[in-house]
Amino acid sequence: MSTADDKQLHIDEDTNEYVTVEIADQLFGIEVTSIHDVFQPLSLTRVPMASPEVRGVLNLRGRIVTAIDARVRLGLPKQENEDHHEMAIGVELGNESYGLIIDKVGEVLRLAKRDRKTLPSNIDPQWQDISKGIYRLDGRLLIILDIQKMLNIGDMEACAA
Amino acid sequence: MDDLLEEFLTETSESLETVDAELVKFEQNPNDEETLNNIFRLVHTIKGTCGFLGLPRLEALAHAGETLLGKYRDKALVPNPDTVTLILESIDQLKVILGHLGTTQSEPEGDDADMIAQLVAASEGKMEPSGEASAEVTEEPVAETEPVAEVEEAANGDSNQSYDEDLDRPLRPGEVSLADLERAFMSADGPDLEQLAEEAENAKLAEEKKKEEAEQATNKPTVEVSLVSQSIRVNVDVLEDLMTMVSELVLTRNQLLQMVRQMGDTEIKVPLQRLSSVTAELQEGVMKTRMQPIGSAWKKLPRIVRDSAKAVGKKIELHMEGESTELDRQVLELIRDPLTHMVRNSCDHGLEPTDMRIAAEKPEAGQIHLRAFHEGGHIVIEIADDGAGLPTSKIKRKAIENGTITEEEANGMTENQIHRLVFAAGLSTAKEVTAISGRGVGMDVVRNNIEQIGGTIDLVSIGGEGTTFTIKIPLTLAIVSALIVEAADSRFAIPQLSVLELVRTSQDGEHRVEEIHNTRVLRLRDTLLPLIDLADILDIPKKEITSENAFVVVMIVGEQRFGVVVDNVFDTEEIVVKPLAQVLSSIPVFSGNTILGDGTVIMIVDPNGIAKAVNIGDEGERSADSEEVSAKRVEEKTAMLLFNAGGKEPKGVPLSLVTRLEEIDTTSVENVDGEQLVQYRGGLMPLVQIGGYAPLGENDRQPVLVFTDRGRSVGLVVDEIVDIVEEVLDVEKGAASPSVIGAAVLKGKATEVIDVGHYLTMAYHDWFENAQKEKGVETLPKQRILLVDDNAFFRNMVAPLLAAAGYEVTAVGSAAEAWKLNETGAIFDVIVSDIEMPDETGVAFASKLAKDEHWSSIPRLALSAMGQNDLERMGAVDAFTDIVRKADRESLISTIDYVLQTHGEAA
Repeated sequence: MSTADDKQLHIDEDTNEYVTVEIADQLFGIEVTSIHDVFQPLSLTRVPMASPEVRGVLNLRGRIVTAIDARVRLGLPKQENEDHHEMAIGVELGNESYGLIIDKVGEVLRLAKRDRKTLPSNIDPQWQDISKGIYRLDGRLLIILDIQKMLNIGDMEACAA
Repeated sequence: MDDLLEEFLTETSESLETVDAELVKFEQNPNDEETLNNIFRLVHTIKGTCGFLGLPRLEALAHAGETLLGKYRDKALVPNPDTVTLILESIDQLKVILGHLGTTQSEPEGDDADMIAQLVAASEGKMEPSGEASAEVTEEPVAETEPVAEVEEAANGDSNQSYDEDLDRPLRPGEVSLADLERAFMSADGPDLEQLAEEAENAKLAEEKKKEEAEQATNKPTVEVSLVSQSIRVNVDVLEDLMTMVSELVLTRNQLLQMVRQMGDTEIKVPLQRLSSVTAELQEGVMKTRMQPIGSAWKKLPRIVRDSAKAVGKKIELHMEGESTELDRQVLELIRDPLTHMVRNSCDHGLEPTDMRIAAEKPEAGQIHLRAFHEGGHIVIEIADDGAGLPTSKIKRKAIENGTITEEEANGMTENQIHRLVFAAGLSTAKEVTAISGRGVGMDVVRNNIEQIGGTIDLVSIGGEGTTFTIKIPLTLAIVSALIVEAADSRFAIPQLSVLELVRTSQDGEHRVEEIHNTRVLRLRDTLLPLIDLADILDIPKKEITSENAFVVVMIVGEQRFGVVVDNVFDTEEIVVKPLAQVLSSIPVFSGNTILGDGTVIMIVDPNGIAKAVNIGDEGERSADSEEVSAKRVEEKTAMLLFNAGGKEPKGVPLSLVTRLEEIDTTSVENVDGEQLVQYRGGLMPLVQIGGYAPLGENDRQPVLVFTDRGRSVGLVVDEIVDIVEEVLDVEKGAASPSVIGAAVLKGKATEVIDVGHYLTMAYHDWFENAQKEKGVETLPKQRILLVDDNAFFRNMVAPLLAAAGYEVTAVGSAAEAWKLNETGAIFDVIVSDIEMPDETGVAFASKLAKDEHWSSIPRLALSAMGQNDLERMGAVDAFTDIVRKADRESLISTIDYVLQTHGEAA
């Protein structure tokens, strides 16, 4: 990938920085500006009766973070590898802290806005809703996640219904 | 000092200081509209507040000042130094009056007619700029001769204020120089100064005045200063931030404590202890800054009531009690609107129009009582009116119309239950929408708001006597004491406020868990407590635990008591409540989450949510049995034990009549003389069966309902215990057999309600005869009892029991029927009456009885399920000879006995 070159080439207004994450082998991108921190979700407390997307709550440096399972949110199968060290993307939404649990954090990419395409229309409507667009990288597709919509659990239920 | 006055003084002192400064600015730049508006607004506010507080002198003066300022604002007049001075003078005078208010809490004697006259003159344009004015009769020489100096002073503003020669020291903030005071004084007493020309005399006079003023001045500044130093205004955000930080500190301290506990003896233990206590004090201190008297949420109410009264043409008096009761300002903010709404409701709908009140022989002015008091970590607010009570039939009709309940449901509901429907959404019974309320967004919103902050709301309405709403809310929301429990390997926090006690159950000990069908109940000190598993409520897979050694957290929510079964109980912790993320806020059983000392996040259980999940309705029958809980909600709903025995139809018996549920080993049953007996608690207990004697299966365990009376027990053999339901009983009389009182629909099925008395006599033929012997009444003619109860079930239940106990019983369904009997000249030995009845209540009935020429000497007994306090409040304690709890058969008979005996002796 020509990330390094891209960084030099484009000025800020024309580009966005994305953190790439892997969820069930699919590459996703999240805008750097919306990410508060990246952490390992440890000692999660289960919340009974919560929506299935809510994996639990955890204490991150004195703040209570609600952990959302990205796989469940995207309708993907559960992580099978028990030993797998999941990661979480910390996001502040309003006054609340959320952690989006993903499989793996990749790298930071700077991509030109003009290269971003809309998702092909035959893709699952659930995905359409939570994505802001798609990039064609060398050999891989990068789906840009709309993090606000990802965390909007109530809406998704309304969509599914 | 009166809080309101104190706040007013602080606020007004501040405003006046601003006005001073602004006026000076204004004078320098008369075209600055913004400044003028500012001044006008401030003076206007002062005037308005004065009027509200009943301070006529201040109000009149401020009003005159405002009029003049208004002219400036409307550009009708152009300000000139003289008039501005006049305004400044009037402001100084305001300060003098305020100072007096601060020390004596009342306005000083006298009035400011002269100054007001000047202000009026000025606003009418009669006060010309200086120079020309000198041509007029000089009533106010000072004002005319000194304006230049004053303007200079005023223009100098701060420098003028900062040093006072008379006092020989710099002025403190808010203090007024003696010169100013003097000027104010002189202008107030203008005529005295006519001799200004005679300089010598004037000097003398001025000297005297100065002395007087100096005295006043030494008083006044201290007042202002003390007011300033006693309270500072702090932005609420600062307090909120402080609270958040203290919360964090508490958390961190808890974490540290936990770590040190694990480390054992270390040298940081001592300093940590110190840190811990300082943190606790800090927490308390910060909490205090958040505490506000509830009176501050009530301040607007007198005005609202007054306006509402005017709008609806009623006379209403508002009485407030317990204004100084403090609670967290966050909570205060949240209840402010609901309270206002409810008071409006009382004005609008609760109190009947004046002509109706007169017709009902009530005082013309409707009364609204607002009462607040602390009760065990809660604050209780009562809003009571003495109006007509809630219109039961109207509410019923409306609720059926909008589908809240079905007609069948409605018919099965008690009056109180119907009243409580006003808390359901979209149920406003007001025929007309008035300007004040009645838009159908009413009590449901109030209820929601109150439940959101972990509170409860309930009402009691008595036809013709009024409605009382009771709100119970926690004192604070931020830090609560909670019990940490474990269920299915997860820990949860239960707010301590709703925890009554902890019970460890054991199969052979005192506290036994009894299983009825799939429902578990705990017999705790003669009450049956519904049990529910926390794991079940939370819908998490529970561990297989036997009821042998379970922990039961006995909780109380409103009047409802229930036991929550948990796997383990840890200690109590002060937890900082953190609001739930939006994604989780829809889960009804949690009210928040918190971080424990060890850093784990746990969920805080919402007692209200659990109470709903327990789903024994709003009514908590069990609490009727317990002495300490007033149980005004329970009067008509009855807990029924459902079972199968002798036939296919399900059968039921009031749970309150059942002493124990037992399982007997059929092999231990002995047949003696055609009777089945079983050894039970060191004696022999006869067994009876529905449908007559039948051999019991062998090697079988047989459920038995045990009824105990006067130390004798009888076991009713049943095939299967089905359930406990709590429903309104509507027993259809027309029993096919003597063993049945009637049939009722329970759980949607026709159920035979058995007559316990029948089985008691079956086992002991002398059961009731024996009872009579004990009483020694068998030789006397039967004594006559008049039973008045609107509830058919109780009539049918109580009447046969009394009859069986050897009385002649006449049962009627209302006071009106009783009066008909009175007219026929019937005579009774005892009158037993229900308290809560439609139309004529028990209390009204009893009061009338006391005055009746035929029946006044007959002892009056009340049947009630209400708590002592409520009874006293309603005047039931005075009206009746004695009060017996409903469904307490034994004490009813013994009380009747006792009353008859003492009455006989007295007569």
